[in-house]
Amino acid sequence: MADNNKQAGPPKKPLTLAEQVKQQKQTYDQQAYQRLADSVKPRPRVVVNALNAFWIGGSISALAQVITLVFTSAGLNTRDAASATVIIMVFIGAFLTGLGIYDEIGKVAGAGSIIPITGFANSIVAPAMEYKREGFVFGVAARMFNIAGPVLVYGFIVSVLIGLIAYFLK
Amino acid sequence: MSAPKRVGQHTIQFANPPVIVATATVVGPKEGEGPLGNTFDMVIDDSYFGEETWEKAERKMLEEAVKMVIAKAQLKPQDIDYLLAGDLLNQTISANYAARSLGIPFLGLYGACSTMYEGMALAAMLIDGGFAHHVVAACSSHYDTAERQYRFPTEQGVQRPPTAQWTVTGAGAVLMAPAGNGPRITHATIGRVLDVGIKDPNDMGSAMAPAAVDTIVRHFQDTGRGPVDYDLIITGDLGRVGHEIATKLLGEQKYDVSKNYSDCGILIFDHERQDTHAGGSGCACSAVVFAGHLMGKLNDGTYKRILGVGTGALLSPTATQQGESIPGIGHGVVIEKL
Repeated sequence: MADNNKQAGPPKKPLTLAEQVKQQKQTYDQQAYQRLADSVKPRPRVVVNALNAFWIGGSISALAQVITLVFTSAGLNTRDAASATVIIMVFIGAFLTGLGIYDEIGKVAGAGSIIPITGFANSIVAPAMEYKREGFVFGVAARMFNIAGPVLVYGFIVSVLIGLIAYFLK
Repeated sequence: MSAPKRVGQHTIQFANPPVIVATATVVGPKEGEGPLGNTFDMVIDDSYFGEETWEKAERKMLEEAVKMVIAKAQLKPQDIDYLLAGDLLNQTISANYAARSLGIPFLGLYGACSTMYEGMALAAMLIDGGFAHHVVAACSSHYDTAERQYRFPTEQGVQRPPTAQWTVTGAGAVLMAPAGNGPRITHATIGRVLDVGIKDPNDMGSAMAPAAVDTIVRHFQDTGRGPVDYDLIITGDLGRVGHEIATKLLGEQKYDVSKNYSDCGILIFDHERQDTHAGGSGCACSAVVFAGHLMGKLNDGTYKRILGVGTGALLSPTATQQGESIPGIGHGVVIEKL
């Protein structure tokens, strides 16, 4: 191909439609383009992200364990202590979301702050806050489960399936 | 078949290049803290701009930008023949509701993030065609309204991939007339919608780069010009990723743009300090960088002639969820200080 950077003279002869289509197909072969894009894209920092997810997710879980131990040592049985812990952790997740802190944690922790139940609380409170301006019925109530909804639906389905399997295996 | 004001296949060459007589910009706090902070007319200190919702704040920014540009040109709203405006929100509500209170005959536009350049190209055609005397082209975007429409609620704790871009909060307006002081729009090359099969909505730079390159190459072919003919070639919001891809694609076609090619999405934020990943995006990105920074450089003579290419990713959350890839577009406009 000629060097196009020189101050060119008269406009080049335009390509015919067929030539253009051919040129476009050559230039933008989808797989080749995807490879080019992948070679340019910055890589996510997998190791750093994994370490952050591990220690933050681990800390949230460790905190929950401490709370459980406090409840059991105060005389609750294991089952009640677990329920009480869940209530407290959901509150903490919701509270930090309300203060605008949880999304900052999530930016660093990734899955580390999504998987614990505090993340579940965050996924319900965040849309509830967000859609308050569209009203309490079609905003807050309707949109509250936008993100948590799929988790609940498939969680219920899997629990029913496991229940059925358990019933027939007995 | 040939139209008198066209050169080559796809480029318009204006007979009497319309003049950009005034520009105005309103931006959010984060943009105000960025490297171009002092080039904006107004920096709001709260993303709500004294309104109840972010949507109302975005609309108010657009209104303020349009009012400001009219005042700067020492005109009144009734002197404006057309307002060409658009934004990113469903049914372009920011533009529609801003036009409701401005009372100027209004043509709503949607070109995603390329809207400013689409508006400038159309405004130049209206003026050079003799259909209008004063035309305002404007657009807006807002980080929080875009996030809640395209992605997640703002308080949702999610991690953004490094290719993600940060929607610019702001509004830009450009007032054009057949004569006056200021840089002129000499050419426009309207973009083609190009889809290269990118499906990741967190990677719009890769999706849009080929459309921008297509427009730039067609512009060069039509006008017989090359990169050396421009002090600056600047795309709208390809960001760091798209900028690098576009440079490579242009290089493959033997156009060396390594010295004078930049992107508004890279200029508007400080990558190291502001945690904006691949750069800025949104209608306001190219609008406020053009109306602020670039107009300043054109007026003080740093740049004599620039080729601006407004880039848009024409996706919607529905299309993405249905497995569609992301089509891109790029509108090229040549702005020259004669």
